[in-house]
Amino acid sequence: MFTAPDLSYMAFAPIIIVLLAGAIGVLVEAIVRDAATRRAAQLTLTLVATLGALIVAAVQWATTTEAGVVAQAGFFVMDKQALAWQCMLLVFAALGALLFAARTRAGEEAFTPLGSAAPGSPEEAEALRRKLEVTEVFPLLLFAVGGMMTFASTTDYLALFVALEVFSLPLYIMVALARRKRLLSEEGALKYFLLGAFSSAIYLFGVALLYGAAATTSYAGVLGAILASPGDLALFVPGAILVLVGILFKLGAVPFHTWSPDAYQAAPTPVTAFMAAATKAAAAAALVRIVFSSLYPLEWELSWMIWTVAIVTMVVGTVVALVQTDIKRMLAYSSVAHAGFILVAFAGFSPEALSAVPFYLLTYGLATIGAFAVITQVREKADDGTVGGEATRLGQWAGLGRRDPLLAGAMALFLLSFAGIPLTAGFIGKFQVFAAAIDGGGWPLVLVAVLASAAAAFFYVRLIVLMFLTDVPEDQQEAVEVDYHPYTRVVVWITVIATVFLGVMPVWALQAASDAGVLLTGL
Amino acid sequence: MFPFLTILVLLPLAGAALVRALPDGARGRVREVALGVTLLEALIGLVMLTQFDLGDAGTQQFTETYEWIPQIGTSWALGVNGFGLSMIVLALILTPLVILAEWRKDKKDPARTARYLALILVLQAFMVAIFAARDVFLFYVIFEAMLIPLYFLIGGFGGEQRRYAAVKFLLYSLAGGLIMLVAVVALYFVGPGGEQAYLIDNLAGYDFGTTPERLMFLAFFLAFAIKAPMVPVHTWLPTVAETARPGTTALLVAVLDKIGTFGMITLGLVIFPEASQWAAPVIIVFAVISVIYGAIAAIGQTDMLRLVSFTSVSHFGIMVLGIYAFQQTSVEGAALYMFNHGLSTGALFLVVAFLIDRKGSPYVGDYGGLQKVVPVFAGTFLIVGLSALALPGLSPFVSEIMVLVGAFEVAKIAVIVSATGVILAALYVLLTYQKVFTGPTKKGLEKTRELTLRERLVLWPLIGLMLVLGFFPSLAIDYLREPAAAVLTTINAEVSE
Repeated sequence: MFTAPDLSYMAFAPIIIVLLAGAIGVLVEAIVRDAATRRAAQLTLTLVATLGALIVAAVQWATTTEAGVVAQAGFFVMDKQALAWQCMLLVFAALGALLFAARTRAGEEAFTPLGSAAPGSPEEAEALRRKLEVTEVFPLLLFAVGGMMTFASTTDYLALFVALEVFSLPLYIMVALARRKRLLSEEGALKYFLLGAFSSAIYLFGVALLYGAAATTSYAGVLGAILASPGDLALFVPGAILVLVGILFKLGAVPFHTWSPDAYQAAPTPVTAFMAAATKAAAAAALVRIVFSSLYPLEWELSWMIWTVAIVTMVVGTVVALVQTDIKRMLAYSSVAHAGFILVAFAGFSPEALSAVPFYLLTYGLATIGAFAVITQVREKADDGTVGGEATRLGQWAGLGRRDPLLAGAMALFLLSFAGIPLTAGFIGKFQVFAAAIDGGGWPLVLVAVLASAAAAFFYVRLIVLMFLTDVPEDQQEAVEVDYHPYTRVVVWITVIATVFLGVMPVWALQAASDAGVLLTGL
Repeated sequence: MFPFLTILVLLPLAGAALVRALPDGARGRVREVALGVTLLEALIGLVMLTQFDLGDAGTQQFTETYEWIPQIGTSWALGVNGFGLSMIVLALILTPLVILAEWRKDKKDPARTARYLALILVLQAFMVAIFAARDVFLFYVIFEAMLIPLYFLIGGFGGEQRRYAAVKFLLYSLAGGLIMLVAVVALYFVGPGGEQAYLIDNLAGYDFGTTPERLMFLAFFLAFAIKAPMVPVHTWLPTVAETARPGTTALLVAVLDKIGTFGMITLGLVIFPEASQWAAPVIIVFAVISVIYGAIAAIGQTDMLRLVSFTSVSHFGIMVLGIYAFQQTSVEGAALYMFNHGLSTGALFLVVAFLIDRKGSPYVGDYGGLQKVVPVFAGTFLIVGLSALALPGLSPFVSEIMVLVGAFEVAKIAVIVSATGVILAALYVLLTYQKVFTGPTKKGLEKTRELTLRERLVLWPLIGLMLVLGFFPSLAIDYLREPAAAVLTTINAEVSE
């Protein structure tokens, strides 16, 4: 007989608010015809939804007991770990929405006027002439965030899969919507989609194996089954490995990273900003919960994989980033290297990782959004003075420190934070991650991480050299214009302040992270 | 207790902000503002000298401890003993002199001058903070963070190869620092832990277990050896010296490189006494190699800035020898040498810079017979040069003798070999003087400007100080005796066990 599950709607208010707002956003698309009004309405709706959900989540954080709420028939939990990730994702989403809404001085937005039109077709030209706009990116953003938030709070392998698809599908679409270099954009989206589908299949296969062994798909159930049959892990180990592959794909770890440089470069830069920060956060959230509430008895069987992937990811990400000439690709590979640093925290499965990983992702995400926001402001200039697409070749950034010292200074700060220089947030993040690894006995891994950081500093610093220390003669200067939009600048300054603040006074954030370091297992 | 040290850290930072914020109209006065800030800073330093309890020079004074990030066990803990104070005083003396020495650079570009001076002031804040840090984490943070102003000072102002030099410097320092970071993190887990896990007082004498202690010591030592710089990780220094502005290099070699030897004593010996003992023989070998290699390399240089930087490699070898001989006189001598070497090398870099200002060339071969044209300049140059070869009567002599005599008992061969370095020093100093100042005056040098008043104001106080401390070394030694003794107590306790 069917018994209705006990649903605690209040506990899940943040997710419900976001998804409901996404649904309303779709209706707004259908009803409001005027593009400018529609954009304003969508932006307002998105900001209200994300910030509202953020407030609700914060209140829940303040009022929640140590344990949090188990609900929806054991599929989800709202413990402090989940709430911490959700707050982080909502902040990223709100910042992302501001970037989505920003336009160039000439009033050009980052997205194509008509996603369904073939690149270069008469339909597209017509859409451009009629100044159409795809404002459905805002509901797509909300759906993606809703999926990610669910991803962070689920305690069931199948529910995780549903959440994975909920946040992935909007991302595939958004990647394809770049206004310029349409073919490249669609190619990147297609690659992302195909590889994403492939990794979903691998993940599902892993879940099937786990189900075959444990006869349940819940984290706790699998954990119990592993503990109950210590001698017979023949299905658990391959199942766990395949599940981890699926998550590592989203995290962008080598060798599952190949989508990320293409997708990062191809996507409209505001989407890249949001995707780079939020996808990685969601993937890390799921990884933390899976490892520490379900798979930790398999430490012996899994740690070789985590160590190998971590080392290869750090080395490949760093080395390949060294030779990039496109700034978006460079940051893409740097984000691959960061995936490796995140994995370092899992060496030895020290529970310190439960606090270290969220903090690391917060620092990384803020600097990433800030850095891509800066990229949207540096534009190519044609001979007749019209401002074109983003100037992403590294050479075009030479001398930016002269033209706009504040913007270039902000970029330099984000780069220093990526490099983990003290007094920036990135340093505290790295420190936490290394501490977790050393606590778990993983100091050789930390040594590799440290050497990779030193090498990575080289390409971050190279960009700083270009911006500040390279003298370019007037006549050889690349035609580059620094664009301006208040939304983008707001995002840049918020992330700058947060990066400095978390680097100098991380006390409260660390306290929150350590409060979040207790998992509720779900059953 | 009046927070002298925090003020000493914050004042230059405020000064840097002020310098950058000056409106265009007042930009012309930017040098005066910066100089004023550093003089005020020096004045506070002077007050601290008078307030310092010399009878108790071995304990930390002016201490301040505030909670910073209790979750990772670090505090904003400052304090100085006589040794730390001597280093801070050195930084406070040299910074205004460097600003004065670089007075005429970029005269037509006040915005650029403002950038340079702001960076120098930020650097000064870090210099004070690092010598006052009583918390390993804080020490590490400053150790790494100060690379940023230095990086911009080297890469933004100087010769053609400056970007290359800046990156080389940064990567060397960062690599050392990051390896140190592993040990810093490890300290939390193998150490006492808790909310003040990184206070040096809590870590001193803690039993980490032999292997962890040795590994952590090696990580710290590598970072300090790169900073100091010791052979074979010294190669960044000549590159930086030949390209950066001499003022920057003077601060770098005279003060910042001392962080290496300072760290060896205040962190290395204090926190890892057993491992220091264990590694001492090998370190002494490297120290001796540095002494000889630096001296021989200096003789081979044609670029005077490179020459001076190699003499420093040689001199740092002597300091390291003194530290790891673990004798009261040798450690005292090493600490004293750190101060005197700062005066001597600072003056040397600046006097070479003044010479280069006149002809525009750093090469010895482009000069000749200047003695007749600019006698005062020649005399000043000679005295400064003689201080580098440790002539009796000038303060470096005392410290070098103390190190060599003190270490003789335990490391006879090392001392004898190092003593030849002193003879080599006579070669590189006197040969250079001979080529530049004696003989027939080279064409085009007849009109060379005599030492100006500003330049005398820069150099003569340093020479005066070296003379005073050369004849009355106890003025400085009184500050260093007890800190050295305190450090050696922990080492010797380890030996007797």
